[in-house]
Amino acid sequence: MDSEEEMLRSLDMKSIDELFEDIPEDVSVEEIGLPPGKSEMEVLNDIEAVLSRNKSISEMPAFLGGGVYNHYVPALVDEILSRSEFYTSYTPYQPEASQGMLQALFEYQSMICELTGMEAANTSMYDWSTAIGEAALMAARLTRKSEIIVPRAMHWDKHSVLANYCKGPGIRVRAFDYDKETGKIDIEHLSSLISDNTAGVYFESPNFFGIIEDEVDAVKDVSGDAMLIAGINPISLALLKPPGDHGADVVVGEGQMLGSYPSFGGPLLGIFACLQKHVRKMPGRVIGITDDADGKRAFCMTLQTREQHIRREKATSNICSNESLMAIASAVYISVLGRNGLRKVANECVARTKEAARRIGTLDDYLAPAFSAEYFNEFVVKSKVSYDAVHRHLLHSGIHGGLPLKSHFPELEESALFAFTEVHTTSDIDRLVWALEGVR
Amino acid sequence: MSYRQARYEVPLILELEDTVGEDGPESELPQPLLRDELRIPNLRESQVTRHYFRLSQMNFGVDTGFYPLGSCTMKHTPKILERVASSPKAKFLHPEQDWSTVQGALQILYELQGMLATLGGVHSVTLQPAAGAQGEFTGLLIARAHHEDNGEKRTQVVLPDSAHGTNPASAAMMGFDVIEIPSSEGRVDLSALEKAVGEKTAAFMITNPNTLGLFESDILEIARIVHDAGAVLYYDGANLNAIMGRTNPGRMRFDIVHFNLHKTFATPHGGGGPGAGPIGVVERLDEYLPVPVVAYDGERYYLEHDRPKSIGKVRSYLGNFAVLLKAYAYIKLQGGDGLKRVSDRAVLNSNYLSSKLEGVLDIPYNGLRKHEFVASASCLKERGVRAKDVCKRLIDFGFHPPTAYFPQLVDEALMIEPTESETKETLDRFAEVMREIVNEDPEITRSAPHNASVKRVDDVAAARKPVLSFKMMGR
Repeated sequence: MDSEEEMLRSLDMKSIDELFEDIPEDVSVEEIGLPPGKSEMEVLNDIEAVLSRNKSISEMPAFLGGGVYNHYVPALVDEILSRSEFYTSYTPYQPEASQGMLQALFEYQSMICELTGMEAANTSMYDWSTAIGEAALMAARLTRKSEIIVPRAMHWDKHSVLANYCKGPGIRVRAFDYDKETGKIDIEHLSSLISDNTAGVYFESPNFFGIIEDEVDAVKDVSGDAMLIAGINPISLALLKPPGDHGADVVVGEGQMLGSYPSFGGPLLGIFACLQKHVRKMPGRVIGITDDADGKRAFCMTLQTREQHIRREKATSNICSNESLMAIASAVYISVLGRNGLRKVANECVARTKEAARRIGTLDDYLAPAFSAEYFNEFVVKSKVSYDAVHRHLLHSGIHGGLPLKSHFPELEESALFAFTEVHTTSDIDRLVWALEGVR
Repeated sequence: MSYRQARYEVPLILELEDTVGEDGPESELPQPLLRDELRIPNLRESQVTRHYFRLSQMNFGVDTGFYPLGSCTMKHTPKILERVASSPKAKFLHPEQDWSTVQGALQILYELQGMLATLGGVHSVTLQPAAGAQGEFTGLLIARAHHEDNGEKRTQVVLPDSAHGTNPASAAMMGFDVIEIPSSEGRVDLSALEKAVGEKTAAFMITNPNTLGLFESDILEIARIVHDAGAVLYYDGANLNAIMGRTNPGRMRFDIVHFNLHKTFATPHGGGGPGAGPIGVVERLDEYLPVPVVAYDGERYYLEHDRPKSIGKVRSYLGNFAVLLKAYAYIKLQGGDGLKRVSDRAVLNSNYLSSKLEGVLDIPYNGLRKHEFVASASCLKERGVRAKDVCKRLIDFGFHPPTAYFPQLVDEALMIEPTESETKETLDRFAEVMREIVNEDPEITRSAPHNASVKRVDDVAAARKPVLSFKMMGR
């Protein structure tokens, strides 16, 4: 026993119980009610036994996307994330002790700005959906208006999360439609929703159906004074024109594809970037550059007077813990891939996706892609037979098909969203095509 | 002096020139969609490795040394947690997978819901919120839905002046007016509470023990006042590490509870995140929980979506799964008996260190502490030394500074939470170092740190002219 008795003695106490005498008897409990602890080895064995009931996407070709994608994670990312100087540190409130984390986060912010064409970025939101919610709140704060317009073609989780973020200030959310032929924004419909009360217009490119929006300038035009908020897949920005080139005020997105594993949907990484003129209204933690007492370059958290621990109820957001470690993963990922590697990954996504679309499109029972516009790493497949039957047949063949869409987009009937990245080999696509062919 | 942090001058990645030539094919996408340039250098893996390795050496974590950051519960993370979470059977799960392929993951989530419900003394738990603050947000959404269901429009959230900053921020974000009540002798002032709550009150938010480390012994009276007003009693779980096995929020009549898994349940904090902030609720609030709820029918685990009164979602998918898995492993490792010992030792360490610092710093509010205590450095003011200086000086000795200037009830506050992980020797050494600092030449303290990777950082200049990216540096 280390020195518990000695410590108690110095407190003039006989037992630990005396330390809890301030807890009245009528609220006290005798025990927690959980089983006793186990050894490290037992816990590991128990958990591995439970996890073995999963069939992971590394054990079967899986074509799921819709916001989370399986990209190859270079070994260096794992290696750096396992540095416990990083992962066992707290929020870098004390800059002198935390220069490493601060610089790495500043690098993340800088890289996000390069990719998106924005000037400032925060160190993360929880995920893409909450980043949209925060962007809506920011737009309402900045414009003092109370309507936000978003695509109907957006993941259902995002619709639900956004509705909850908008409840507090009473922001009204309206949804614009997509063009049934191309899958792109229905600009006429969007334009008809814009009013004097529009705080922000949110769009995604690639959109939920994987379509690359090529009329963003027109979206900017019809949006007028409203803030333009773009949702992005950062991998696509290795190739595509950044939203900053089209006049976006705020860019949000999911950063999981930059060096984080799908991990059953968490932790994710909410990207949040904006123009310099908006930074004092932005949510979340940001790192800035300054000098130390010797005039050497140093980094620290800044604009903290926007944050909850200083501003309390006047803060721009309640966020405290965020997803910093995933931001570090992104910075390492971008650094080790470089411009070459990022473009290669994006090009591979396009190539695999086009190959798959071409081949599935030749099958009699499927329409692929279901929309005519250019796409990035996923597309909608429409089936003549029940997609549920297709889904089950694929699973039975050791393949996980795309994301079924019918319950949220009934007009798309028997359809699913299929995603492809550089991890999919030609033989994975072969197997998918054969299995699809064999459904009947 | 016993500590010297690595000190490198590391340029930014974006400041580096290409060391690998341009390659790669043209894109198959139409030219008008493509960007003109991408300012990300092409580097060799060896360069990038050294870059981030050196940055890691200029960072202080719990594995580096004592990290008594009050209210943050910076305990040791058992390394088995990392091993468990790195299983390919956990990492390579897509959140939209068919239920039949993720039975193991759902089982873990289901069991964790149950373990947290038992620990919290509540009816049911959702694991969805990504962090404590999001747990608060979720809890307040539930409180609002509940009141609206009763046909009531309650517009205020009441909280003590010692509350964590996230509490008022979450309340304001949900559109509530925030009513702050003053503390009396460091605890909730019952008569102030009675005056503050009424038919407009949606919730009273409080942590117990509070941020001064004092247990609110009148908690049942507090609960009665809040419930008589028809409001909901919300438990901020940031300080749960103090009371496991001694009491629980359910016993204290709380209606909504959040758990900070990255505090009490040892998941590492990752330099700011990821965390996880599950919440638990009493039975009458169960129907409002976010969807989906992880359920079990005796044969299979599944996701229950059909809950008409649910508030919906607060983030995508089911929560920070990797963090939840680590907390699950921690609870299994400790067990009920171990968690009780955790709280026992955390409280012993706090009281011991507090007693060691008596006579070195002022320690306002007499009596027992729970997991943390607040000291005041105001006695050093006359020598021109501030709490901030003491913090910076501690780094020179290999200690991470405590939380400073919070709670605001205490002048020049140093909020110290040793956690159960520390030995008596570490606590003795910390007290000894504090004594040394208090008595040293004030100039040395004011100019600290001397052994960190940088000297005192000018954060005022950073805020005056914010430079938040490489792009902004050139201006």
